[in-house]
Amino acid sequence: MGVFSTQVAALAARSVLKTARQPAVMVSALLFPMLFFAINANGLDAASRIPGFPTDSYLDFAFAFPLVQASLFGAITAGSDLARDIESGFFDRLSLTPMRPVALLMGMLFGVIALGLLQGVVFLIVGFLFGVDVKSGLAGMVVLVGLTILVALGFGAIGATLALRTGSVEAVESAFPLFFVAIFLSSINLPRDLIEADWFRFIATVNPISYLVEGIRSLVITGWDAQALALGFGCALGILTLALAAAGTSLRTRIAR
Amino acid sequence: MTAGTYGGFFAVAGAVAWRQTYKYFRNPAFLAPALFPLFFFVAFAGGLTRVGSVPGFDYAAGYTAFQFVWALLQAVSMGGAFTGFSIAGDFENGFSRRLMLAASNRRGIVLGYVLASIARAVFTATLVTVLALVIGMRISGGYDLFGLIGLVLLANVAATLFGAGVAMLMRTQQAGPVIRTPIFIVLFLAPVFVPLPLLNGWLRTVASINPFTTILDAARGFLAGQPENVLPAFGIGLALVVVFAGWALYALRRAEKAGS
Repeated sequence: MGVFSTQVAALAARSVLKTARQPAVMVSALLFPMLFFAINANGLDAASRIPGFPTDSYLDFAFAFPLVQASLFGAITAGSDLARDIESGFFDRLSLTPMRPVALLMGMLFGVIALGLLQGVVFLIVGFLFGVDVKSGLAGMVVLVGLTILVALGFGAIGATLALRTGSVEAVESAFPLFFVAIFLSSINLPRDLIEADWFRFIATVNPISYLVEGIRSLVITGWDAQALALGFGCALGILTLALAAAGTSLRTRIAR
Repeated sequence: MTAGTYGGFFAVAGAVAWRQTYKYFRNPAFLAPALFPLFFFVAFAGGLTRVGSVPGFDYAAGYTAFQFVWALLQAVSMGGAFTGFSIAGDFENGFSRRLMLAASNRRGIVLGYVLASIARAVFTATLVTVLALVIGMRISGGYDLFGLIGLVLLANVAATLFGAGVAMLMRTQQAGPVIRTPIFIVLFLAPVFVPLPLLNGWLRTVASINPFTTILDAARGFLAGQPENVLPAFGIGLALVVVFAGWALYALRRAEKAGS
């Protein structure tokens, strides 16, 4: 194993352990998305009676919600952890060692992957117990977890950028409502063609989160929809690339200070 | 209580209310309790309008008004919760200790916080209402709107007293989630998106025994000009105020004993 990969592995293990040792974070990351899912699925079940609704089960339709929301929680957690490392001086001490600061960023992102994987698997199991029927089968579940991890990585890189730019836990935490707003102003609750208000449909159409949601959702309610998956993976990769570029720039700026 | 202690009670309440209201309106963060309800209102009323055409959805004032009432009650209830956060902050920074030493009648402190919370609720409720009217909400109720305002005030006072009780028991800002989470859960375990008969599964069962559902239904009835469950709703609202007033006074006594 090369020196760099050893550094990344050590910091990834630290990132995973840090998250695992905070029961409140784990509970928030797993419980709150499931609670919202359970409430939405039962509260909006009547929406599946709207003519043109793509499935007769709102439970299946809503299953993308906990996965995307969980990715958001993961991003805030990871961003806050990195900001805490900056606030506590750990980042500065690390800069004085031969360890490359980029390893810290990558280690943190591996922590995001681990949390995303855990969330994806737990939600699939709980969804299965609730009666969610994934039309794309076992292979689709694997792709679904893969896309969820990619989404989590994208959000995680945004969280890292915020942490590196501000160096403040409070600033990262205060971004939470913005992420939350972005999720709700998408096609998360209804398909875009069934959104009646023009202004809302426009926002949902230009909001990339709609395509992440629709990509994940297509695996559950449709099966294999090439267009939805291409758009979902395309948007996830686009967000990840842009966010990583921004995080890299922020990292260089912070090291130069 | 003698005339003197009554005087002390109201003087303390007035002073605390004035200080707290002044503090709110000098800090832009006082709008925070309104932000999430405003956002949920925009997201639900804007994104879910088509749900209003589902068979069985028979709310006369339309889907925007249906969502408005929930957002309004959420805004004032969260306003009450945020007052609890302020009280916890006052304990943490030592202000409450000085306040308790100075107050001739400490029960007035609780009333003062409640009055300030009402002032804040009036402002945030106005904000939510203006936004609702801007995005095209229809109001069918006439004098019934006074009933809606009455229920909104009861919800605010009950949430404030609950938050005050938790804050005075814990006396740390870490009380935040303990105050916020139960209120949030009670608000969501109600007919948020569709009327009770259209809810499904366990949520329908929970919503039907959730006392907040009765208040929400009555408030929606007032807005649509078709009042329903008025007595039970006001009864529940008043009962919550009485119970949480007892809870807040108990917490006050605990804070006194702890010497905060």
